[in-house]
Amino acid sequence: MAGTRQLLEICNTEAVSLQDVPRLNTTEFRQAVIDAVRIGGASIAALFGHGQANGPVRLMAVLEYPARGTLSLVSTDVQYSYDAITPDCPQAHWFEREIAEQWGVEPQGHPWLKPIRFHTSCRRGMDAWARKADSPILPGVTDYFRVEGEEIHEVAVGPVHAGIIEPGHFRFQCHGEDVFHLEISLGYQHRGIEKALLGGPNKRTLHYMETAAGDTTIGHATAYCRAIETLCAYNVPARAQALRAIALELERVANHVGDLGALAGEVAYLPTMSYCGRIRGDILNMTALLCGNRFGRGLVKPGGVRFDAEAGRVGDLLNRLDAASKDLEVAVNLLWNIPSVMARFEETGTLSQDLARQIGLVGPAARACGVSRDVRQDLPFGMYRFAHIPASTWHSGDVFARAYVRWLEIQRSLTFVREQLQSLPAGSVAGAIGEPAPGQIVVSLTEGWRGEICHVALTDDDGQFAHYKIVDPSFHNWFGLACCLRDQQVSDFPLCNKSFNLSYCGHDL
Amino acid sequence: MLAPLLLGVINKTKAFFGGRKGQPFLQLYYDLNKLLRKGAVYSHTTSWIFRAGPVVWLAAAAVAMLLVPLGGSAAPMSFAGDLVLLAYLLGLMRFFVVLAAMDTGSALEGMGASREVQFSALAEPALLLALAALARQTGQLSLTDIYGAMSFDVLLKTGPAMILVAGALLIVFLAENARVPVDDPDTHLELTMIHEVLALDTSGPDFAFILYGSALKLWILGALLVGVLLPIRTGWLWADIGISLAGMVLLAVATGVIESTMARLRLLRVPQLLGAASALAILALILVFR
Repeated sequence: MAGTRQLLEICNTEAVSLQDVPRLNTTEFRQAVIDAVRIGGASIAALFGHGQANGPVRLMAVLEYPARGTLSLVSTDVQYSYDAITPDCPQAHWFEREIAEQWGVEPQGHPWLKPIRFHTSCRRGMDAWARKADSPILPGVTDYFRVEGEEIHEVAVGPVHAGIIEPGHFRFQCHGEDVFHLEISLGYQHRGIEKALLGGPNKRTLHYMETAAGDTTIGHATAYCRAIETLCAYNVPARAQALRAIALELERVANHVGDLGALAGEVAYLPTMSYCGRIRGDILNMTALLCGNRFGRGLVKPGGVRFDAEAGRVGDLLNRLDAASKDLEVAVNLLWNIPSVMARFEETGTLSQDLARQIGLVGPAARACGVSRDVRQDLPFGMYRFAHIPASTWHSGDVFARAYVRWLEIQRSLTFVREQLQSLPAGSVAGAIGEPAPGQIVVSLTEGWRGEICHVALTDDDGQFAHYKIVDPSFHNWFGLACCLRDQQVSDFPLCNKSFNLSYCGHDL
Repeated sequence: MLAPLLLGVINKTKAFFGGRKGQPFLQLYYDLNKLLRKGAVYSHTTSWIFRAGPVVWLAAAAVAMLLVPLGGSAAPMSFAGDLVLLAYLLGLMRFFVVLAAMDTGSALEGMGASREVQFSALAEPALLLALAALARQTGQLSLTDIYGAMSFDVLLKTGPAMILVAGALLIVFLAENARVPVDDPDTHLELTMIHEVLALDTSGPDFAFILYGSALKLWILGALLVGVLLPIRTGWLWADIGISLAGMVLLAVATGVIESTMARLRLLRVPQLLGAASALAILALILVFR
């Protein structure tokens, strides 16, 4: 393939010199990304800009080849505008909107160029929408897709919701009870995490990572720690690797269990809802047993993990694991055997496999469409290089598939955690990592419970972060939620939404 | 007066199935007490209709309550043909609450109103037909006389017809009172709600009126159903009433069981369920005319 030679091929969590990343002109860059996705079977793990206050912006694409288990890097420089990639490669859609908003660069020919987080551009005086520098930017104030017609009505929900959930604005273009189009507008949770990380790593960095998306504490903290450890050429002790993997899987199980309960609650099926709510608490308490915090705050740190698990606690964990698995089996299998529940789950919010690939879905949502993508399987990292977890897929792409894939993953994760606990490697759990190397780039992919978490760290000449990019799985998947609502009943939205259960703050950063 | 207790029983049953302790039996009384002491908030975009809605809702429910007999005792008000008045009092309740919801101009409430009207338009014939079947069977035209004439003999003689009537009334009972599988009384998601969404903008005493009116409605339709299924006449008025009250509690437990073991129907399927209720009532009518 002609395109591949222009790209720099690297492994998951491999540091390379920034100088080695090929710099193409904008047309070649555009073509290289499109070819990689269309012909090479790649997906875009990250596509972002970085640069100085007034110089050109360097666009960097991180392409992921699940079949080969490798990543590719390619970059280009743009000043004011470039030809948008999105028309030929829909999964770039959200990324290009982000680039336009952050750097004031206009992707020309982008089909629906709108801000996604509603903040000022990082380049002074540059704005993709030519807004005045002193005019306030309010989240949600922008153009929306409109369907005109006699019997069309528009339903707007949020940003303040009826439940205790995060803020997001949803607009439905409806015809009676049918949804023609759903548009999702986020950005209410934007905290400027990426900006705050510049010049790091420092004492605060880890805490930003742990709170990037609070329910994915272990996922983001692990991705960050692996990035920084690689930059320091530090090898994590085996015991720490195992404990990180255990914590990551416990996080996955806890969230999946909570989601299954919430899905049951959404269709007003109470027994599973109540039991899953309790069992989720049991699983969270196991994480608390490991580190003292139910969400795993403070467990993962650069160099290893902060707490060791001695024999007594391992035994306690194994006992609790057995009890929780037994309860779960009963509570969840109730769901699949109740016809009225299945009637709601099946054929609701269906996404085709083709569409899932085109828009670049990740995580359980992609696997529920039959796309066998799982970082733990494709680009294994840490403990997963030694202990394999097969990807769980289902073919139907509906709410049932997303629920069932979660259940399959719960079972496999529980088995994995049990095996790991029974064969914990000996040795220390942490070490000193040293200083990050200057002028490097590292991509760290992790399979969080929602899907692929991508962290990209670029260091400057002093070994400090010149740029730090976080791509939460929600960033890929929000558009999938909007797509799956087409031609559905508006009353099925909460059910579809729960079946994705995406993060607002992980998206908004 | 006892009506809110029924909801307490339903909620306890659901909590039992969920492995929880659940709210106290008297929770709705506490809620009503709290709400009545609060002030109400009115949106600037609403007119007097919005304020009238909850009042009419409660008043119509109270009047309808007067028409319904329990356990062979005469209803406080009764005349030939009052079953039609009952159906239309329920209709009036709905009409005003729907108007009040439309008055707020919110898209969500408009959507809820359209659902409410659609489903009740289908539930109303089922109710009327079921009552007509009862009237035909007993040869009476007022609710008191109809239910007074019911007895175990009637139930045994015309078993199939009465079972069909009970089936139709049960579906109407669940649909009209926003229970699973038609509506989810616990949901807080405005996009899926039917009855609840109509009351989104009401607050304080108005909301208390809505809640109490709903509880009365639950009682009214429940009493109609229990009257068919438990026409036990011991001859002593108080014993009859006691049996009927026990029947109401049983019905509440049964509702709780249905809600716990079933998921909610997709909205598209609800009209089919209500159509089935009408079909049951028509079959019953044909059977008694035979």
